[in-house]
Amino acid sequence: MPALPLDEAGKYVAAAYLVFLALILVYVAIMAMKLGRIERDISELAEVASRREEERV
Amino acid sequence: MTFGRGLRALSIASVVLICGAFALVFFWAPNDADQGFVQKIFYVHVPMGIVALCGFVAGGIYGIRHLRTGDRAHDLRSYVAIHISLVLAVGVLLTGSIWARAAWGQWWVWDEPTLVSFLIVFLLYACYQPLRFSIEDPERQARYASVFAIVAGAFVPLNFMAVRMADSLVHPRVLGTTGGAMPGDMRLTFLVALAGMACLFVTLWKYELASKSASIQLRSLKRRLAGEDDLAPLQRSTAPQQL
Repeated sequence: MPALPLDEAGKYVAAAYLVFLALILVYVAIMAMKLGRIERDISELAEVASRREEERV
Repeated sequence: MTFGRGLRALSIASVVLICGAFALVFFWAPNDADQGFVQKIFYVHVPMGIVALCGFVAGGIYGIRHLRTGDRAHDLRSYVAIHISLVLAVGVLLTGSIWARAAWGQWWVWDEPTLVSFLIVFLLYACYQPLRFSIEDPERQARYASVFAIVAGAFVPLNFMAVRMADSLVHPRVLGTTGGAMPGDMRLTFLVALAGMACLFVTLWKYELASKSASIQLRSLKRRLAGEDDLAPLQRSTAPQQL
């Protein structure tokens, strides 16, 4: 097959690089959600710890 | 155990290398004489493929270390390496299809050994997560997953060699000694892209390890504070739940 002209090839190149970018972004977004869950768990634990301290006092 | 050590330096190195590679791809590396501009896909597709395959092998190596030492941290390392490699493998298949469409006029060529063998490797590893999820006992889950990771990890280089020995119909072999040698500027761009992709893989691997380890430790702390009896038993999961 002959080489595609730049205007047509550009679409394919852009699509390939966007796929890579999208994968990384989705991955980071999922990790961010997990980080949010960890943060919630930590605040729950902090609450439990402070409740225990109050009970001791 | 801290998995996040050196994460900042790795993140910076990944960003610098990936941005540098993309700048080299679009502003420095010449267009391919045969394929023209569309060959630029090579600089994202091939490094992703190489790093994904190396990640699968790394998963197998950590599987061996888990079976030899019984250290659950190695199972976690193996799990995360395979997980990230699967994500990259999806990228390889998608970018490869886009390139195939642009260069050969077809999204997929079924009689091309390189494409089909990569798909087989991908499908093989796609069974890894269901395998883990199907086993409830965490100890057995880790052991069986390690065995799978070792066997599948050994299959990857064998498969790679078989493909290199097979006659290629349309897929080029540019990195061998007999294939079309890349000019220096293309080779340098490719090497920077490969280093960037490898760095990105290690960064994401450590990032996910740190996140998983934090979740596991938090869960264990929660159970200790609440008392085991007050909590429901651990839910079945594909990811390791204990360290």
